[in-house]
Amino acid sequence: MNGRAEERDPAIRRFRRRRLADRVFLVLTVASVGVVLAPLVAVVGSVVARGAAAVTPEFLVSVSRPVGEPGGGIGHALAGSALLVGSALAVAGPFGIAAGLFLAGTRRNRIAWAVRASADVLTGVPSIVVGVFAYAVLVVPLRHFSGLAGTLALAVLMWPLIARATEEVVRMVPRELSEAGLALGARNWRVALRVVVPAAFPGIGAALIGAASRAAGETAPLMFTAFGSPFLALDPTEPVAAVPLVIFNYAVSPYDDWRRQAWAAALVLCVLVLAGNLVSRSLIARRAPR
Amino acid sequence: MTSAIHEGLVPGSIPVGRDAPAPARRNKIEVVELTARYGNREAITGVTLSIPARTVTAIIGPSGCGKSTLLRCLNRLHEATPGAGVSGRILLDGRDLRAEDPIVVRRRVGMVFQRPNPFPTMSVRDNVLAGFRLTGVRPRSPEEVVERALRRAALWNEVKDALDRPGTSLSGGQQQRLCIARALAVEPEVLLMDEPCSALDPVATARIEELVREVAPEVTVVMVTHNMQQAARVSERTAFLYLGRLVEVGDTATIFTRPAERLTEEYITGRFG
Ligand SMILES: Nc1ncnc2c1ncn2[C@@H]1O[C@H](COP(=O)(O)OP(=O)(O)OP(=O)(O)O)[C@@H](O)[C@H]1O
Ligand SMILES: [Mg+2]
Repeated sequence: MNGRAEERDPAIRRFRRRRLADRVFLVLTVASVGVVLAPLVAVVGSVVARGAAAVTPEFLVSVSRPVGEPGGGIGHALAGSALLVGSALAVAGPFGIAAGLFLAGTRRNRIAWAVRASADVLTGVPSIVVGVFAYAVLVVPLRHFSGLAGTLALAVLMWPLIARATEEVVRMVPRELSEAGLALGARNWRVALRVVVPAAFPGIGAALIGAASRAAGETAPLMFTAFGSPFLALDPTEPVAAVPLVIFNYAVSPYDDWRRQAWAAALVLCVLVLAGNLVSRSLIARRAPR
Repeated sequence: MTSAIHEGLVPGSIPVGRDAPAPARRNKIEVVELTARYGNREAITGVTLSIPARTVTAIIGPSGCGKSTLLRCLNRLHEATPGAGVSGRILLDGRDLRAEDPIVVRRRVGMVFQRPNPFPTMSVRDNVLAGFRLTGVRPRSPEEVVERALRRAALWNEVKDALDRPGTSLSGGQQQRLCIARALAVEPEVLLMDEPCSALDPVATARIEELVREVAPEVTVVMVTHNMQQAARVSERTAFLYLGRLVEVGDTATIFTRPAERLTEEYITGRFG
């Protein structure tokens, strides 16, 4: 066969056309992945580029210093965030898990419908609205900003996330397991607590960590609740610092040093939230067998 | 219809027919005109059946005829299914099941499922003790309970050094015997088994049949099976269900050699249309 005979063979021509189409699509696919990844790379890249240099062990442990004084850090904000998110988790966790168990256990029931609907609506409510709510409920009557109000705001944001995620993972526990518990003469609540929850535990853990890392990054609901503080203040009735508030306050300040610290704090927050998400995902990935 | 079908229709009545047994054969369970539904669909209709104490009763019939549903009525697990309904009566030792707390019923009537379902988050030991732990009862001597139950389930020698391993780390056949040990640990009066060997190889199947024979003198066993040979090997009595109705019940030997109903004969001989 010579070249010209090959040109005329319709099978070979069809094959070449397909190969061309295949390559075009490959290029388009790679390009669209690039378009999707570009903002992520840009954001993470700029945060790392501008923040990495300032993230030192000292930065992580020392508290805020006045402008011009060198060596300030975000230790107070990390502690404050841990306090706020931790206590919000302590409140929203049990409520969210209980609601999730209830939702998974009941199908057509008015109360279940109402719980599910309110969880869904609450998930869609802008977080600043939740902040306003906590402001009205706790800040106004107590007459000052407090960690308590921040905790309430974060807890209100977290519970629907925990409830719906718990419902989902509990539904994935095989029915045979809870039937095995029932067949032994166990009451429903014991089967839920001793059989279903342990079997769904990795998933519930993932839900808790996911909700916590989401809350750790929230700024708006804390602005007029926890408010922020330059001190290591762990009294829940006083204003409490939080990493996102530090980022906000420093970033809009006119001082170069504070703006540098804002970038560094942003990097720390990114790493924390990312780590939370990774842990949460790995828990979901190695869910109990069957 | 034959006399066999009506046998035991009235609680405590003396069974009639050729195989009229010695009076010692007390009925542990009486099922009277039992109908069970999923939504509006009847899965079993008007089943009347008596189950003698301390014997093995096999329930046979084609797929979907309602064997599992009937079994799940006997420990009131059927009513735990969303949308399920029951009418008719079931008497356990002459007392209506509905008059009892389902929790109490299920402690007296244990169950082994088709697929082994040990609790994945519990060790072998905790699986055996689950019937206590999940009901808040404290066994006098947990170690003795574990050993006795595992011995009765013919599993002790294989797992006595692995009691702290997860229950799901055992082989399929061992897991099923673990589930049997879990059911036996609380000393039930009745043991319901829903095709307990369908996921197992012939060796594991033989062991389970053997242990069923061994516990039968103490426990009333009701076993659903698809396997005719198994029914013939392990059971004294056999009930044949078809399309949700009880066609025939009687001594296994009679059912397999001289069934009264043509349908039974066709099913047993594999000529089924
Ligand atoms: N959870 C359920 N919801 C609705 N219908 C059901 C449910 N479980 C069983 N059924 C129906 O009830 C009928 C009887 O089912 P059952 O499981 O008792 O049959 P079976 O004799 O055990 O069959 P197999 O031998 O295949 O296990 C079937 O028609 C089935 O479709
Ligand atoms: Mg079945």
